[in-house]
Formats: sequence, C-alpha cells, structure tokens
Amino acid sequence: MHPVIKLVAQRIALGILLLFAASILIFAGTMMLPGDVAQQILGQSATPESLANLRAELGLNDPPVTRYFQWLGGFLQGDLGTALTNGRDIADSVGTRLKNTLFLAFWAAVISVPLAITLGLVAVRYKNRWPDKLISAVTLTTISIPEFMIGYILIFVLAIQLPAWINAAEFLGDPMQQWLLSNFRFSSVALINDSMSLIDKIKSITIPIMVLTLVVLAHMMRMTRAAILNVMQSAYIETAELKGMAMLKIIRKHAFPNAIAPIVNVVMINMAYLVVGVVVVEVVFAYPGMGQYLVDHVSKRDVPVVQACGLIFAAVYIGLNLIADVVSILANPRLRHPK
Amino acid sequence: MTDTPLLKVRGLKIGATIYPPGERPKDIEIVHGVDFDLAPGKVLGLIGESGAGKSTIGLAAMAYGRGGVELTGGEVHVNGRDILQTGVRDVRRLRGAEVTYVSQSAAASFNPAKKIMEQVIEAAVLQKKFNKSDAEARAVELFRKLGLPDPENIGSRYPHQVSGGQLQRCMTALALCPEPDLVVFDEPTTALDVTTQIDVLAAIKDAIRDTGVAALYITHDLAVVAQVSDHIMVLRMGEMVEYGTVDQIINDPQEDYTKALVSVRSIRHEEKQPGDTPILKVENITARYKGTDFDVLKDISVEMYRGQTLAVVGESGSGKSTLARVITGLLPPSAGQITFDGRTLTPDQPTRPLEDLRELQMIYQMADTAMNPRQTVGTIIGRPLEFYFGLKGAEKQKRIQELLDEIELGDGFQDRYPAELSGGQKQRVCIARALAAKPKMIICDEVTSALDPLVADGILKLLLELQKIEDVAYLFITHDLATVKAIADSIAVMFQGEVVRYGPKSQVLSPPFDDYTDLLLSSVPEMKLGWLEEVLEHRKMESAGN
Repeated sequence: MHPVIKLVAQRIALGILLLFAASILIFAGTMMLPGDVAQQILGQSATPESLANLRAELGLNDPPVTRYFQWLGGFLQGDLGTALTNGRDIADSVGTRLKNTLFLAFWAAVISVPLAITLGLVAVRYKNRWPDKLISAVTLTTISIPEFMIGYILIFVLAIQLPAWINAAEFLGDPMQQWLLSNFRFSSVALINDSMSLIDKIKSITIPIMVLTLVVLAHMMRMTRAAILNVMQSAYIETAELKGMAMLKIIRKHAFPNAIAPIVNVVMINMAYLVVGVVVVEVVFAYPGMGQYLVDHVSKRDVPVVQACGLIFAAVYIGLNLIADVVSILANPRLRHPK
Repeated sequence: MTDTPLLKVRGLKIGATIYPPGERPKDIEIVHGVDFDLAPGKVLGLIGESGAGKSTIGLAAMAYGRGGVELTGGEVHVNGRDILQTGVRDVRRLRGAEVTYVSQSAAASFNPAKKIMEQVIEAAVLQKKFNKSDAEARAVELFRKLGLPDPENIGSRYPHQVSGGQLQRCMTALALCPEPDLVVFDEPTTALDVTTQIDVLAAIKDAIRDTGVAALYITHDLAVVAQVSDHIMVLRMGEMVEYGTVDQIINDPQEDYTKALVSVRSIRHEEKQPGDTPILKVENITARYKGTDFDVLKDISVEMYRGQTLAVVGESGSGKSTLARVITGLLPPSAGQITFDGRTLTPDQPTRPLEDLRELQMIYQMADTAMNPRQTVGTIIGRPLEFYFGLKGAEKQKRIQELLDEIELGDGFQDRYPAELSGGQKQRVCIARALAAKPKMIICDEVTSALDPLVADGILKLLLELQKIEDVAYLFITHDLATVKAIADSIAVMFQGEVVRYGPKSQVLSPPFDDYTDLLLSSVPEMKLGWLEEVLEHRKMESAGN
C-alpha cells in the first residue's frame, strides 16, 4: 500500500478515537455540573414526588454509563435528544444555528485566509523594512484589542458615523450621496433568515466578518511570515537567487511550497476558531449562531443541548485539524514520492 | 577575443558584519584586495583553507554576498562591464545566464518540492536562453554527458529519489544548461565519498572540456584542483599567496604556505607489531537498528592491541560509526561479544561499571557540538577528573594544566569558552577531555574530517605523540585513506556492513587487493598532473580485460 494512504488512514482513525475520547469528557463534564435539571424545570415549589417522577421520566436515575451509550447511540443516528427547557428537538434548532455559524465562518475565512497569506508573503519580501513593520504593527494591534471592542468600534464608525459623514459631505452632490448611502449601509445587528438573498445576507454580516478577519489575521500572517522566513534560509533559495530570479517569484515558487505544512496548520486552527470561538461576536451582533445558542442553554442548565453543542464543536475542531494533517502529509514530496 | 578576459577582478575587497556575543556588531574585512583574470574557456582553481575567502571570491563573480557578506570595494568585470556597478537588473540578467553556480551540497541546493528537470531548466528558460522544450532536450543531453543513469527520465524524479553523487551531477547540468560563459564550482565533490568523487570529477572535467565553458574551481583539496585546472590561485586569510600554472604550483611552489599545502600528509609512522593479548576483542558482532530488518553490521571480528591504532576505513553507510556505537554500548548488538582488557563488556552502556566507562573514551568529528558552549575549557576538562577520580581544588587545577600542556595549549586557555577557540583548538580540548579519564582506549570518530589539512596534520601528530606517552590504543574511524596511511598500525576496510579486508597496515595496503579495496585506494586523488586520466584509463583497460 502507498505510504501516504497508510498515513492518512492512520490519522483518520486517530481522529475518530480522539472524538470518542472527547465525547466521554463532554459527557462526564456535563454530569459534574452543579444543579438539578428536574428542579430547574419544575421550579422551587415542586413537590419531592413530582421531582422524582420527572427524574425517572428523563432517565436521570439510570447509571451514567448506560446514559452515555444511549446518548452516543442516539447521536450517531442523528438524534440529539430534546431540549429540557423548551422540549424542542435539538437537531432541528442546531441545524439552522450551525448553518448560520458556518455561513459567517466561511465568509470570514474567504476574506481572511488569502489576505493573511498575501500579507505574510509581502512581509517576507520587505523583511524588516517599513511594509513588514506596518503589517505587523496593524495586525498585532487588532489582535490585541478584545473582539467585542473591535465590534463596537466598527459599529460606531461604520453603522453610526459613516451615514452622518456622507450626509455632511455636500461637496459630493446629492446623487452621489444617495448612492453611497444606499450601497454602504452597514447593519449593527446581523440578523439573517432563509428568505433573504445571498447578497442581503452577506451585507447584513459585513461588520461581523470584518471583526473576525481582524481577529484571526495576525496569527495567520505572523505564522506565514515565520514559516517562509525559515524556508528562506535554505540553500535552494540561494540557488534560485543565483539563477537571477526576482525575490517575489522566489518566495512564491520556491519558498511557499515548502512552507505549506505549517501554514495550513495555523489556518486550520483559525478556521476552527471561527466556528467554535465566535460566541462573543455572535452576542455583540445578536447573530443567531451556535455560540449564542450554547451560551443561552448553559445558563439554563439544559444539559442535552450543551452536550450536543460540545460534541459538534469537538467534531469541527478535530475534523479541521485532521484536514491540516492530511494536507501536511500530501505536501511532503518525500512521502508522496517514496524512493 | 582571447585578449579580453572573461572575468577581470581588480582590488576586490569583501566585508562582513559580525555579531560577537555581548558586544556591538563589528564590520570586518574578509578579503583584502584580490586581483586576477580568467580567459574564456579556462579553469582557475581557487585553493585555501576555511576562512581563506575562496567561496566568497567565487560568489563575487556573480555579485553575490552570502549571508551578511558585502562586496565593499574593487571591480569585478564580466564580459567587459563591472557588475558591482551595473545595478540589480543587470546582475539578475547575469546570474543564471552568463555565470552559474554549483554548490558543495546539491542535496541542500535542490528544492525538495520540485522535480529535478524543472529546476535544471529553470534558469535557461527564465533568462530566455531556450524555450522549455529545447531546454529539456539540452538537459537530457547534459544528463547523458555527465553519465547519469536513465538520462531521459531522471529529470522527472524528485531530488530525494536520486543518490548524492547523481544529484551533484544534476547540479552540474543545472549550471551548464543555460550555456553560461563561466561556472563557479564551489567544492563540488567535497561532500562525496572518495569512490563517487572520482566519477563526478571526471564528469565535470569532461563537461568543461566539451562545452568550452570557463570555470572557477574552489576547493581545499590541492590534489583535486590539480586534475581540473589550468591555473591555481592559493589564498590565505583573504589574500592571494601565490598564483601560477598547476604544474608550477605543484612541482615548484615558491611560497612557504604553498609548500606546506603541497607537502601536507607527510607524516611517517612506523607500523608496530601486535602485542600478546589484545586490549579489545570484537567477536562476530552483528547489529541492526531498532524497527529495521536490515543488519548494519554483519559478523564483524577485529582485535586491537595496547598502545596501537586500528583504523576502520570505509565510505558513508559502510557501518563504521555503527561499530563505534556497538563498542561503546549505545547500540546493543544482536549477536557476538566484545572483550575489553580481558573482561567481557555488557552489551548496553547503562549497565557497564564505571571502570569500563572510564577506560573507553570517545572523541567526535564535530568538536563544536561535543562541548557545552556555556562551560569554560577548564570546566570541560575538569569534569572527568572529578567524575572518575574525585579530584578537587588545587589538585584538579594542576592536572588540568598538565593536560593543557600535553595538548600544546598554553596558559590562559582554562577560562576560555569553546566559541573563543579555533576548530583545531576545540578538537585538542576534546582530546584532553578524553585523556583526563586516563583511558586505555579512545575511539576517534572522524576526528580530523571537519578540519583543514594543515590543522588536521597537527592533530594527527599530537595523537601519535600522546599515544607514545600514555600508551593508549586508538580505534580510528575515518573515510580518509591518507589519514589511515599516516597513523594506523592495523587496518579494517569496511564495505556495506562487512569487514572486507583486515590486517597489519603494510599487508592491507599491499597488493594483491580485493576489488573494493583496489577501487578505494585508486580513488584517492594524488597530487600530480594527469592522475585522473591515468586512473580512468587503467580502469577502462581492466574492465575491457575482464
């Protein structure tokens, strides 16, 4: 068997094993949460009998191992259970939420990944000169500001101040002002629903996309820069220079292909963050995604929802890192073309 | 045409910025004004020890400064214009078109992510010398000329899929592909095994002759450069020592330094007769590395005697360093046993008694990495004194000083750090550290390979001297036959994990030879004109006779 297939199969098997371990941790973790779900549902005035009845009904008296396997078995068949608090099917609610979260993450990634890599390449080309320093300074500034803060700043500037500025700029003339106002209208809340067109949806999440891009840009850019600079030390870069090749072409043709593995790794970690770590941004923009859904239900001690969200997040994380691993393997010519 | 030199260098000065630890960066000059001419189609050998500035001068012909190196003054004329003045664009048109480069390590100089062909034709296509298909045709032609196997298809392989010697030839093809006027060969055969070197050397020489290209041939090995050059320039510490034809430099050197280079490896060592009982007896050792199913050592048996030297000689991959690992217990063998001074050694190092560890010491190829850079020489040498003998205070200091005297390093070396020593001095400190344990045997693993010839000679002389005083046995692992001739009492020739020839020096080095030893011995470059042709002619006749 080709060694690459073997390695990839190994990684996938490990990923599944890891996901299994994560499911145990999630289940055990939610078991340890303080509080009693039955009490939570029935309120303080419930009688002990009604509490006991509800517990039996919810299966809370079964041994944890049994409950774990029931939960996992259901999960594998697409049955995520019902939310304790409102009795809705979790799979239904999660479905739309997850779609929204992935939609936001996808567009943020479409903008930020190419931008980060391009900026990284430019930073290498002008290493230690002003473009490099400017790129580093800006991206490090944006990563250092808490993301809710960036969110509010952008809302203030783009959603509130910008229309006022356009209105004040009379020298543009009325038609121009009107055109600008209608085309550069940024929404401070990112509400989307299925009836909206794709363009409207994207318009509505423009500011959240910007916030997320600014948040993940620095990490990916710095890593791209470091990975390529590391490769630039190699003797084959000198060979390319001595062929009379221009620096930007050397970086693109000779350095970048050898820096793919570390770059893909950091890109995937940031993609995972875009899916899993956007709680704050979702709250700021009242965006109906997974993060907000999870936070709501944690505060209500709705264990099945928390478990379902946890496992989905784990699957996303492990899946993206798996992709990074596989790409790294495929990017290595020694593995792809054995002797 | 022949009147105007292809390359004209005048008053070339090259500087660099160094960053001494704890001090401000300093500008230093590493080449102090060098002049020479190179006519079209001629080959000039640049020779000197490390730090002589030969690579730096070679790269200056491409207006290139490696690392922080800067071309600070003088003129470098290529095809009539001064390339230090014509600007970035012109230099970019020069590199890879008029002047090309072959580096010491082709393995590092090829991009691992791209196929060989793509890289070989890259410059020719980039510089619009050929279109892609013509360049590929030319590359295949060059592959054939350079004696590469399967020239039609080797280009579609990746660099890691061909051997080191083959890759070095591919690098030569890369340099010749754009039909340059000048090729800079920077130690192109130094990293190769001696039997591979001779083939690559012959291939390069033929290619230079057939294409009529001019070349700067940089090497530290006078015997090698004598085979390919028309003229030789001897460099030392950034200055020209002597310039002349190959014949004149080799047979009639004028300067003392050149004379020393020519007469290097002149150590004479009388072979000692084996004693009664061996100090080390290796019997039927077979070994393999964990997780492999391939024996790196196959049924090895050798003996060593007190105060004598056994040289284990072989090329890379022959298993000679693995033998050292087995003897020191770093790799337990799968079969066989080792007797040291009458007692059986346990197979793995952690179970050996302190006495066994003390009496069997080791010196390594890279003195640099074998010492803790944050410890002074005194601490480094003092450690075994404390560890094995419990010496402290004044007693320890006295012994350290004795050892420093023995390795011919004077006062004041105790407080120096390894970074403040030269390569030869570092290796001397490593020798002192090994001697501090008062061993009966020292394993010397390629201890002179990283050193310049003159410095290496000094180390070998010192080792022989110390052997007389301390009555210590050396197991001397090397790929260099000149070293072997210089110091061995007995020799074991290793090839693919087996000892193919073993016995006293005089016997091993005298005919009749087995095939491998014959190949090995005849491949060592000799410092005379026409040696390369003689050997190749001889081999051709032999294979025709067979």
